[in-house]
Amino acid sequence: MDKSFDVPERLAVKGVTRRDFMKFCGFMATVLGLPLSFAPRIAEAVAAKRPTVVWLQFAECTGCAESFIRTTYPWAADIVLDVLNVAYFETIMAAAGDQAEQVLDDVVNKEKGKYIAIMEGAIPTKDNGVYGQIHGKTFLEIAKKVGQNAAAVICVGNCACSGGVQAAAPNPTGAKSIAEATGLKTVNLNGCPPNADNMVATVVHFLLLGKLPALDDKGRPLFAYQYLIHDNCERRGHFENEEFVKEFGDEGAAKGWCLYKVGCKGPETHNNCPIIKWNQGTNWPIGAGHPCIGCSEPGFWDNMSPFYVQKS
Amino acid sequence: MARVVVDPIPRIEGHLRIEVEIQNGKVKDAWSSGTLFRGLEIILQGRDPRDAHLLTQRSCGVCTLVHSLAGVRAVEDALKIQIPPNARIVRNLTHAAQNMHDHPVHFYQLCALDWVDVVSALKAEPGKTADLSNAVSGRPQSKKYYEGLKGKLKAFVDSGQLGPFANAYWGHPDYKLPPEANLMAVGHYLDNLRQQVHAAQMTAIWGAKNPHLQGHLPGGVTVIQQLDADRIAHYLYMLKEQIAFIEEVYIPDLLAVAGFYKHWAKIGGNKNFLAFGDFAEGDKEPETFYFPRGAILNGELKLAPVDVSKITEDVSHAWYEGDKPLHPSVGETKPLMGDALKGAKPDTNGKYTWLKAPRYEDKVMEVGPLAQCLVSYVGGNKEIKENVDGALKKLQVGPDALFSTLGRLAARGIKCLVNAKRAEKWTMDLIENIKKGDTKTFTSYKLDESTSGMGAGLADVARGSLGHWINIEKGKIKNYQQVVPSTWNLGPADAKGQKGPVENALIGTPVADPKKPLEILRTVHSFDPCIACAVHVIDPHTNEVYKFRVS
Repeated sequence: MDKSFDVPERLAVKGVTRRDFMKFCGFMATVLGLPLSFAPRIAEAVAAKRPTVVWLQFAECTGCAESFIRTTYPWAADIVLDVLNVAYFETIMAAAGDQAEQVLDDVVNKEKGKYIAIMEGAIPTKDNGVYGQIHGKTFLEIAKKVGQNAAAVICVGNCACSGGVQAAAPNPTGAKSIAEATGLKTVNLNGCPPNADNMVATVVHFLLLGKLPALDDKGRPLFAYQYLIHDNCERRGHFENEEFVKEFGDEGAAKGWCLYKVGCKGPETHNNCPIIKWNQGTNWPIGAGHPCIGCSEPGFWDNMSPFYVQKS
Repeated sequence: MARVVVDPIPRIEGHLRIEVEIQNGKVKDAWSSGTLFRGLEIILQGRDPRDAHLLTQRSCGVCTLVHSLAGVRAVEDALKIQIPPNARIVRNLTHAAQNMHDHPVHFYQLCALDWVDVVSALKAEPGKTADLSNAVSGRPQSKKYYEGLKGKLKAFVDSGQLGPFANAYWGHPDYKLPPEANLMAVGHYLDNLRQQVHAAQMTAIWGAKNPHLQGHLPGGVTVIQQLDADRIAHYLYMLKEQIAFIEEVYIPDLLAVAGFYKHWAKIGGNKNFLAFGDFAEGDKEPETFYFPRGAILNGELKLAPVDVSKITEDVSHAWYEGDKPLHPSVGETKPLMGDALKGAKPDTNGKYTWLKAPRYEDKVMEVGPLAQCLVSYVGGNKEIKENVDGALKKLQVGPDALFSTLGRLAARGIKCLVNAKRAEKWTMDLIENIKKGDTKTFTSYKLDESTSGMGAGLADVARGSLGHWINIEKGKIKNYQQVVPSTWNLGPADAKGQKGPVENALIGTPVADPKKPLEILRTVHSFDPCIACAVHVIDPHTNEVYKFRVS
């Protein structure tokens, strides 16, 4: 690769200044909980190499891929396109059919142990996995083969991390998480979907330090999932004062009181939503007066529902 | 005779396989297969009806909030809840923002590469590209900009790591754009990545986040404290930015591309179209819909009325039990499992997909922006009529051109623009209501163990007509069914042998090189497939609940 073709220059073409780029790196340092002095190292890591990434999609809704392209600054999506060599990603790739299959085979065979596999979606395992197929192969076969040969497997979204919606009772297709279905160790970015900023931060961490971030007991990066929603919630004061929304549309709702009694699962949910919010800090569920549904916890469709009823 | 299988079809939502038979350089027959089954309707049974919209929203993360919209409407219909005007407006505004996100992303990220040859852009002369962008684009760029863009593109290609552009059909003889138009389009492909981030922010203003909003619920919307001047101004400011992008970049690009591909105005058409209509501007539905409800039959530009009770679903070529088309009220749906499924390998003489075949009055119907545009054109929406007539005039083609792959792409852009402009009016309506002191966004209702009812939630969304049917018994979901746009469009043949819309549209398509079936991608992508939600199980009105044996 032409070394002079560095990221800040590539971005300049798209109207992104070097200052903007450094701002992004500073922001990434913050998300990762690193001191700001790390920003230049992040810039260097991001600019130096283009590691190959394959993004596989199984039993899913593409919400995680969509979340990914809503990166924190408008130019972060460009950075990702430029920084990584995203060889296989059905949502955006030009190649189709046999030619697409060829690309994936080439990565698995020629870049063994060097590529990052990002996986979205659960694996249906009932009846040998016939409920999900690509190119005549079951998701189960594909996940095993691509996952076993990858340097790291990063699961994005609750489906890949924990089975997600199709694994909710009665789980008609025997859907399982990537780790359960393949036996591989995975980094789990839970959430339905996970926040784009946390996805980018995980990849940057890998590029910067050459290893994956520290994880909790569910495989979730601590930098994002060590916090309880409840502990950082802007409505926490109302909880302490026992000022609750009793019904949607009531006086409490009009005053922005605590949503605990209309079903908020914030006290049991680990994520950094109140800290970084969503869509460039535009809003987040509780900010829109809607209870947290606990979507970054495994099994939330069963364990956290009914969503509009206070958990006893 | 050659059989060609394209699997995976990239740049769609979900898992789709297309098989075609080619004879004398043309598609003679086609089979569309959805290759993933998730079973969401079964999972919905027994749950709290208020939770349905959150779960069904996970049908699809691309057209994200639309299933939430249909889900809350189904419960409201079942429980006879009338939502307040502000809730209706807020839903319209978030839904409109979703379309402003979805349609340009479809054009640039999902289908542009079928028409734009990225490699050919390397041959472009930057000066000439600047001239072209001056002539056709509302956002002309300088020669210097295109020198830079071309230089970087060259370095990207020279790096040997082509990322998402690797191994595609570049150089195919039916790529017709001159190098300069290809280079201009590459610039706009990148611009759209930014534009879509802002469109997503607009749905988050009152919908909390995107994808998968949290702001709807049966009875209305959760925002009330947040309906303030600051957020309304935020939305309005961003709306102006979106309209500018659609008018200055998206529409001119559509027309420019169409100008070079006029032969595609005769390929890939259908004759019957269905639109449920949407965007109510008052309490009466469908009478106050901005995009009206109706059908177009036999390719005649005449409005036919729609009776939703005439919808049936046929499973003769899908992996379900049953052999005759049934009305949902008497139907029963059983997915094949275990040995009966035979590995779910597509058999073009038998069963080959997880999608059922919805029919209206036994007819194959296309749904989507083209159907919405055609029905609006004859149904009294004057903004649609003006824009459609304007586009036809610019391209010097007659209304027949609408019934094609190209017409489908053009209609999507036109609908997007008209929808976005109307959102300005809805925002003003919201301001007027608040000025009058009306801040109500939620209607109370009772839901307990004594509650029962059946309802339908209809919507006309990014990919077409969407219906959710719910049956509530003793306060819980007894049955739930989604009949979604991509099931209408990408479903299989029925028992009568009538091919589904995408299959029918593919028949007759010229294929220059069976090893590089670019032409197939063009027509398939023009439907904007969204397959994850197109796979279904349970019938809405039957009392027979099929129980899975979970092994």
